[in-house]
Amino acid sequence: MAYSDKVIEHYNHPRNVGSLPKEDPNVGTGLVGAPECGDVMKLQMKINPETQIIEEAKFKTFGCGSAIASSSLATEWVKGKTVDEALAIKNTDIVRELSLPPVKIHCSVLAEDAIKAAIGDWKKKKGEGAEAK
Amino acid sequence: MAIKTPIYMDYHATTPVDPRVLEAMLPYFTKIFGNAASRNHSFGWEAEEAVENGRAQIARLINATPKEIVFTSGATESNNLALKGAAEMYREKGNHIITQVTEHKAVLDTCKRLEKYGYEVTYLPVEKDGRINLDDLRRAITPKTIIISIMYANNEIGVVQPIPEIGKIAKEKGVLFHVDGVQATGKIPVDVQGDNIDMLSISGHKIYGPKGVGALYVRRRNPRVQLSAIIDGGGHERGMRSGTLNVTGIVGLGKACEICQQEMPTESVRMLALRTRLQKGLEAKLDEVYINGSMEHRLPNNLNMSFAFVEGESLLMGINDVAVSSGSACTSATLEPSYVLKALGVGEDLAHTSIRFGLGRFNTEEEVDYVTSRMVEVVSRLRELSPLYEMAKEGIDISKMQWGATAGSH
Repeated sequence: MAYSDKVIEHYNHPRNVGSLPKEDPNVGTGLVGAPECGDVMKLQMKINPETQIIEEAKFKTFGCGSAIASSSLATEWVKGKTVDEALAIKNTDIVRELSLPPVKIHCSVLAEDAIKAAIGDWKKKKGEGAEAK
Repeated sequence: MAIKTPIYMDYHATTPVDPRVLEAMLPYFTKIFGNAASRNHSFGWEAEEAVENGRAQIARLINATPKEIVFTSGATESNNLALKGAAEMYREKGNHIITQVTEHKAVLDTCKRLEKYGYEVTYLPVEKDGRINLDDLRRAITPKTIIISIMYANNEIGVVQPIPEIGKIAKEKGVLFHVDGVQATGKIPVDVQGDNIDMLSISGHKIYGPKGVGALYVRRRNPRVQLSAIIDGGGHERGMRSGTLNVTGIVGLGKACEICQQEMPTESVRMLALRTRLQKGLEAKLDEVYINGSMEHRLPNNLNMSFAFVEGESLLMGINDVAVSSGSACTSATLEPSYVLKALGVGEDLAHTSIRFGLGRFNTEEEVDYVTSRMVEVVSRLRELSPLYEMAKEGIDISKMQWGATAGSH
C-alpha cells in the first residue's frame, strides 16, 4: 500500500510523543481501541481550567502508520485550542489532511474518539473535584 | 562490502529465477519454439524432448516416475485439479474430504466450492505447534472419505506436518492422500514413495523457477489415481490437463528441480545457519518476542516471530528497505489477522505483531545482520511509541483490561 507523504512524515517524525501524569487533575487521558483490533491510541491533554485551553497534548499509539499519523496530527491540532474547539474536530478533517484511503478511515475515527475520550476524562475529573468541595 | 538495498527476505512469497534456470530456458523462447504436441516435424520433437527431460528432472526430485508428472499453470491449479478431479472421479465411492485449517487458500477455497457441490469437508484443527493431531485424523476418517489433503509445510510459519505418518494412515484406510508441496519441495526431502503420497502439488516460482508453471504428481501404481480434468480441450497430459504445454516454463521448472536436488544438502544447512543467526540476533536485543509454530518441525528457511506491542504494518513501514511480510490485519485484504496464527491459538493482539522472514538462496550473512539491526532499531522506536509497551512496563496486564473498541470496522 502506498502511503501519502503526510502519513510518512508523521510516521517518521511523530509529534508530541509521550505521556503526561495521569493523576494531574488538569490532565485528561483517552485510551481507545483494542490490541486485538490492531489499534490502541492513548491521547492525553493538559487543559487550563480557567481558560479551557489545551496547553499540552501527548500521544502513544499501537497501530499502523495511518493510526500513528492520525494521532500525531490530533495532538498537533488540539494544542492551543479550547475544549469546545477540539471537540469540533471531525474524523473527516483528519482523513482529508492525511489523504487516508477508505480502508484507513477507522484510524481517523479512532483519533476523534481519543480526543473526545481525553476531554471526557478531564471533565469527569473536574466534576468529581467540584463535588468533593 | 556495502549492503545493497532493498533486501529481499520474502522467499515464501516468490523467488527470483536462478540464473542457471534462465540460461536453460532461453533457447526455448526463440530457437526451439515448437509445440510439444506437434508430432510431424523436428520442431515439435525437440520441444517434446525438452518437456520429457523436465518431467524426468521433477520426478527425480520427489522419487516419482516421469509419467506421473502432469504439468499445470502453477500450484493453485495443481491443488484444484487434485481435489476437484479426484472428488469427481471418486464420487461413487464417497463424498467426504479431510483437510486442515492452516492450508493455503487454494486448498481451503477449493474445498469450500466442493461443499457447495454436495461434498462434506472436515477441517482438522492444529495443535499449538501448528501440526495436526494424528488421532484427530484417524477419528475423522469414515467409509465415505475419499481424499485427505494436508500440506507438507506451511507458507506462513514453515511448520512441517507429519506427512509420512499421515501417508501411512491414508494408505491403511485406502484413502487418497494429496499434499500441497509448494513450500517443502526442493527445500527438504520429499519422497512420494516413502511418504505414501498419491498426489503432490508443486510450483515453479517458489523454487527459483519461473512463475506460471507448476506440476501435479499423480500416482500411477498402487493405487493408480485417476482424475477428471477440470480444463478440457486437446487431451494433453494424458487427458488430465489440456492446453499447449508451456515448454519454456517446463524447462525452467525441471532445471530448478535439478538444482534443488543437487544443492539441498548444502543449501538447507546454510539456510538453517542464517535462520539461527537471525533468530538469535533478534532475541539477544529485543525482549517480548515470540516464535509462532514449532521450531523442531520447520522449514530451515522460515522464521515467524511476533514482536509484542508493535503493530506489524507499522513495523513494515519502518523497515521499508527490507521485504518481509506480516500477519497483521492491516496488511491483508480482509482486515483480519492471519488465520494461520489464529488456528495456532496465537492471540489476535500478538497476531497483529507478527513478521514472516523467508530466507533464500541469495541471502547472505551480511544481509541477515543488516535486517536484524534494522528490526531492532524500528521495534525499539515503535515500542517507545506504544501505549501497550508502556503499560506492560508498568506491570499492567493488557489482556485483562476492558477494551472498548469504539472505532470503525472491527
